[in-house]
Amino acid sequence: MTSDEHKEGIRGMANPRRYGIERVAYLLMRLSGLGLLAYFVAHIYETSNILRGQVGWDEFLELTQTTEGHIFLTVVIGMCVFHTVNGVRVMLGHGGVGVGKPGRPDYPYDPASQNYRHKIGIYSAIVLAAAAMMYGLAVMFGE
Amino acid sequence: MAQVSSIAEEQTSTPISSSKSITLRIAKYNPKHDESSQFMEFSVPYEKWTTVLEAILEVKKHFDHSIAVRYSCRQATCGSCGMMINGKPKLACFTKISELNSNVITVEPMSNFPIIRDLAVKFEKLFDSHHKIKPYIIRDDSELESDEREFLQSPKEVEQYIQFANCIKCGLCNSACPTMATDSSFVGPQALAQAYRYVADSRDKGKDTRLKIIDESHGIWRCHFAGSCSQVCPKGVDPAMGIQLLRGYLLGFRS
Repeated sequence: MTSDEHKEGIRGMANPRRYGIERVAYLLMRLSGLGLLAYFVAHIYETSNILRGQVGWDEFLELTQTTEGHIFLTVVIGMCVFHTVNGVRVMLGHGGVGVGKPGRPDYPYDPASQNYRHKIGIYSAIVLAAAAMMYGLAVMFGE
Repeated sequence: MAQVSSIAEEQTSTPISSSKSITLRIAKYNPKHDESSQFMEFSVPYEKWTTVLEAILEVKKHFDHSIAVRYSCRQATCGSCGMMINGKPKLACFTKISELNSNVITVEPMSNFPIIRDLAVKFEKLFDSHHKIKPYIIRDDSELESDEREFLQSPKEVEQYIQFANCIKCGLCNSACPTMATDSSFVGPQALAQAYRYVADSRDKGKDTRLKIIDESHGIWRCHFAGSCSQVCPKGVDPAMGIQLLRGYLLGFRS
């Protein structure tokens, strides 16, 4: 990519303010996907500590029993729930499910693909992720 | 480089007579000798019906003749005057100043298109991608014999694609697309929507050819259904819908 192409770049791609909740969901999907990938790598490293025996395993697991560890796991829970629920919505959309039917458009041309079903799906993913995070916080900090 | 001028002070042949005015910021950039884009500011009076294009042409007529802007029909039909208006891709002729609810209007060249100068951008890539998906009816018997009638279609068959035939190739969808923002090789929502337009046409027999063209690493799979293309389309084409329906063919949901 050269500068004379006048691409918006990552800054433009990651700007969620201009195109409604669908673009917000797009950004959250990308971020949660990258976050879960990072967690997956960290998780493999974490579980590899079993090779250090019971003591090594317990030592590493203590990291997750701190306040920072609980907050980290809460974020992972939120990413996981949002990515799953929104992923189901996106996968259905990718198959052409729930994106509306072609027809003669009338002014002001509200796009049928950005319909209430998908908006409900996005808001559901956000609400469920928030609820799961709150439940996770209650369990981890409640004891 | 920034300057503030007022049209009201000028003696014009066709003045916009209004007490209301906005500040129009126009991006000036010539890639041949400028290092970066700079904005020039003009105070422009407007009426309820004044479009952004009319405001730009007023400035061009009375203050800065060198402003490069592409336009033609002034009625959202030719697709020439796409530009970023207050950060979003819009047709300047189809955007009224009064609808923007802002005292400052910033116009810039469309994102994701190489700049020729100021507000004019190159469309070669868009037209190449459009041409790549074979935007025409493909069938062996395309030439009618003298004793045959036209290829008839039912209204239901027409409705499958007529929405996508409204595309005026203005490029706004490509400018709004988040994938286009980072991937120079992506075929883009405009071309993909046109691929669906012909695949869904009951007269066309080129479905397999087109699906093969778009089924590649920088093809249809790079679309993540952000839907920004559909939100900025000035003709109600809804490229996001076309792309998802097209992907339905590749995934086996449609035949």
